[in-house]
Amino acid sequence: MTTAAEVRTREPQPDESAILVVDDLHVTFPTLGGTKVRAVRGLSYQLRRGEALGIVGESGSGKSVSSLAMMGLLPRTTQISGSIRLDGKELIGMHDREASELRGKKISMIFQEPLSALTPVYTVGAQVVEALRVHTDLSKERAQARAVELLDLVGIPNPRERAKAFPHEFSGGMRQRVMIAMAIANDPDVLIADEQSTALDVNIHAQILEVLQTARRETGAAVIMITHDLGVVAGLADRVLVMYAGRPVELGTTDEVYYAPRMPYTMGLLGSIPRLDASGRSALVPIEGSPPSLANLPSGCPFRPRCPLAIDICAEEEPPLESVRGASHRAACHRKEEIETNGWSVGDVFPVPELGIAPVERLPREQRPVALAVEGLVKHYPLMKGVVFKRRVGTVQAVDGVDFDIREGETLGLVGESGCGKTTTLLQILELVKPQAGTIQVAGKDTNDLHNAHARKALRRDLQVVFQDPQASLDPRLPVGDVLAEPMRTHGYDRKHIDARIKELLGLVGLEAGHAGRYPQEFSGGQRQRVGIARALALEPKLVVLDEPVSALDVSIRAGVINLLMQLRAELSLSYLFVAHDLSVVRVIADRVAVMYLGRIVEIGVVDSVYASPSHPYTQALLSAIPIPDPDKERTRERIVLQGDLPSPADPPSGCRFRTRCQRFLTLTEGEKQLCIDRYPPLIPMGPDHSAACHYAEPVAVIPEQSKERKRRRST
Amino acid sequence: MGKYLVRRLINYVVLVFIATSLAYLLAAVSLNPREHFQGRNPPVPVTTQDRILSAYNINDKTPVLDRYGHWLDDLVHGNLGRDFDGGYVGANLSRRMWVSGQLLLIGTILGGLVGVGAGAWAAVRHKRVADYSLTQGAFFILSCPTFVIAILLQVGATRLNDAVGHRLISFSGQSDPALQGGFFSHLGDRLDHLILPTITLMLVGAAGLMLYQRAAMLDVLGSDYVRTARAKGLRRRTALTKHALRTALIPSMTIFTFSFATIFVGAIFTEVIFGWHGMGEWFVQTIQGNDTNGVAAVTAVTAVLILIASFLQDIIVALLDPRVRVG
Repeated sequence: MTTAAEVRTREPQPDESAILVVDDLHVTFPTLGGTKVRAVRGLSYQLRRGEALGIVGESGSGKSVSSLAMMGLLPRTTQISGSIRLDGKELIGMHDREASELRGKKISMIFQEPLSALTPVYTVGAQVVEALRVHTDLSKERAQARAVELLDLVGIPNPRERAKAFPHEFSGGMRQRVMIAMAIANDPDVLIADEQSTALDVNIHAQILEVLQTARRETGAAVIMITHDLGVVAGLADRVLVMYAGRPVELGTTDEVYYAPRMPYTMGLLGSIPRLDASGRSALVPIEGSPPSLANLPSGCPFRPRCPLAIDICAEEEPPLESVRGASHRAACHRKEEIETNGWSVGDVFPVPELGIAPVERLPREQRPVALAVEGLVKHYPLMKGVVFKRRVGTVQAVDGVDFDIREGETLGLVGESGCGKTTTLLQILELVKPQAGTIQVAGKDTNDLHNAHARKALRRDLQVVFQDPQASLDPRLPVGDVLAEPMRTHGYDRKHIDARIKELLGLVGLEAGHAGRYPQEFSGGQRQRVGIARALALEPKLVVLDEPVSALDVSIRAGVINLLMQLRAELSLSYLFVAHDLSVVRVIADRVAVMYLGRIVEIGVVDSVYASPSHPYTQALLSAIPIPDPDKERTRERIVLQGDLPSPADPPSGCRFRTRCQRFLTLTEGEKQLCIDRYPPLIPMGPDHSAACHYAEPVAVIPEQSKERKRRRST
Repeated sequence: MGKYLVRRLINYVVLVFIATSLAYLLAAVSLNPREHFQGRNPPVPVTTQDRILSAYNINDKTPVLDRYGHWLDDLVHGNLGRDFDGGYVGANLSRRMWVSGQLLLIGTILGGLVGVGAGAWAAVRHKRVADYSLTQGAFFILSCPTFVIAILLQVGATRLNDAVGHRLISFSGQSDPALQGGFFSHLGDRLDHLILPTITLMLVGAAGLMLYQRAAMLDVLGSDYVRTARAKGLRRRTALTKHALRTALIPSMTIFTFSFATIFVGAIFTEVIFGWHGMGEWFVQTIQGNDTNGVAAVTAVTAVLILIASFLQDIIVALLDPRVRVG
């Protein structure tokens, strides 16, 4: 085994223009049991002035830890070695007093959880003022004025008034803006943005990326963008650093890394991302297995157990990060030369599984039986006030007249921002009771006709659900076998049958029969979600409702679960209702898609048609907000960025609910606008099986087409 | 915020009335002042008994609601009734409240400060010696009955007095009745007598609060906003006090304000052991003596105090937490 100290991964020559030089950084967390978690093992890179570097990796890859080490914000017990020089000044081992002077002034960080990152008891204005006054001797009045300027710069409407508001009066996106305002308050040289995408909706995320660009322009700061999503950095970063198990495994310009990856992990990551610009339903490239435990790393290359190219030497020696061609592009793989000379691409390295087709899918849609039909579904929640004497002060129109149907063997993707009513719709269907208005039919049975619990229970067999968070949806005290047996026991299967079925189910979702005796916490996230899927399949349902089934999973694991879902659908002729906010996942898995906004469906139709020619302005904005892991396309793409947040469903705008944020509305004449203000538009057919609820619907292509052959560019 | 507080205040006034009434009714129904006459030699004639009891409005032959009405009428006129020995409950109450007040005000406030400080400190030094010893100490105090602590302190004080050769710390009674001298020597004497009971109350109060504050602080220490504050360039100490402690104070203030009220009667042991004639001691005496009016008064005062404490708490939390103010 080679120790990390031997495998030095230094930058070849120090760059004069570098503002930040990280050299052989190691970060180790001692644990109570005496084992050491080696979170970062030999990280070196340089950041030039004004450059944007993307650090990409999954959870546990060391990407955030290395940045926290830079900020000096790791716990005091952490062992840090190596060197981090900011503008020539060594940061490691610096006294807190000195480090505090740099922090927030020369180097700033924007954290990923906007909801909890602001102190709840101070006004946002006071918090920005604090950031200013720590480092400058501005008077209170001057600092306040400057804080208002900053809030204005990051796009907070009425900054003077809003500065006096408390964090809980701001939405997540707005709080993120305040964070950015604080981070750029003192014109830092280096700005670190940690996982901007995770907690925010696509539209808000697009807004934030734009603000970040503004901030970069204003301050001229070098930016480090930390993310697990290769799509996010494609259009923004100059260079990309890929990390795996605490080590840098590939570093190069964005074009080099995206168009000519030389490390199998990078290739896998690129292949595993569901792409908006993919053509139709297709399997993704799964990376088998899961990332190694940092407390107990295997010898040799940590990626070896998951690597299709692994050879003998990979088990013995950890490959150093070395130049592939020229100095700029470097990769840590024993076979990088081979990959280079043979010009292997993702498809050559990772086998793409074949997807079958269910027999029922060969029938035309109209001839297939209906698995689920929802008509005019309404769910309003009363808004109450008062502690003792509650009185109704309003109505939250969570779902307000939704129609769709799913045929056998078909997948409908239901998408929209959080708060649009997609989860309420799903819960209404799962409840199997008479809705406030409208009808729900599951497998031909109307829920209005289910008069007792018995009938509902019988119907439940046909309708099962997979939840978003596999960690929370599996009882930690039940072994997996019991988790799977429970629904069958409830429905009176006999013991023998149950035992056989458990084995069958585990095999079906790619787990071993021996896993039945283990507890959920012994499984990785991806495996747990497979257990969740197996549980949903236990009763042989016809329709499975999937509530964001992959959004809690790491990128490389996500692809495997999506593939599994597609495989199962073909094998078992399942129908899916796939609820998601991620339109690119829906792109690869769904046949039809319905876009929801404030409790109503604004566009519905066949995936190909909706994605190629989205006709509702909201769909257009949603699609254009999603990044594509292709630097060229990202750079040239024009984004439609919606203004503001989702209006409250308790007080939706009159007429068309989208008009307050609509980009199309702005281009209309006053006369045309009146129609939007007065009347809610009906769904207008835009093509065979494609309709949009917009008075002025017209198709606009917002996704650049998939180029047939990917450019293989060699930078010089 | 003003409207919010006024609404709460009205709420509390209603609650105080209900609580006081219940206290009186409970005392009137369950206590038997007639016991005083039993076993007297020569026996007191029943008519005499009735006359005396009626004069004090504690005759069990009068319907309880009539007695209640009478008591309420007196109460409105500022008269809390009389005890069996003919003394006025109101006069007794005001004297004893002042006695208990001295003890409690200092002890509780000190306990609060020490508790919050020690809790925050322990949290900051999480899993280190300071944390372990403070936590262990707090658990020790909490698991000791108050009288054990009081007696231990007395033993310690006696040793100290012996060691220095004269009485440095006095722990019997509120003051030295034989003392001659001016205002300052009287004040010094009073303070001297206050030391041990105050320490007792402080320790008990601080121990519970400290554990609570420590937990609240630990929750906050790992929070994202403290990290944000540090990332802005705040030094560790500033970030900890200005952002962490400030937020962690909100939950422990609830506990603290309530301890004010409950400790009033809860200081029974401390008062008895150190010979202070305060509310706690009186509470026990009135119950033993079947003194209906006295018990009703003590219970009513406690109810009022608890409600004052919750009102105070509403104000403090509203001041500390902007999220309450808006709602």
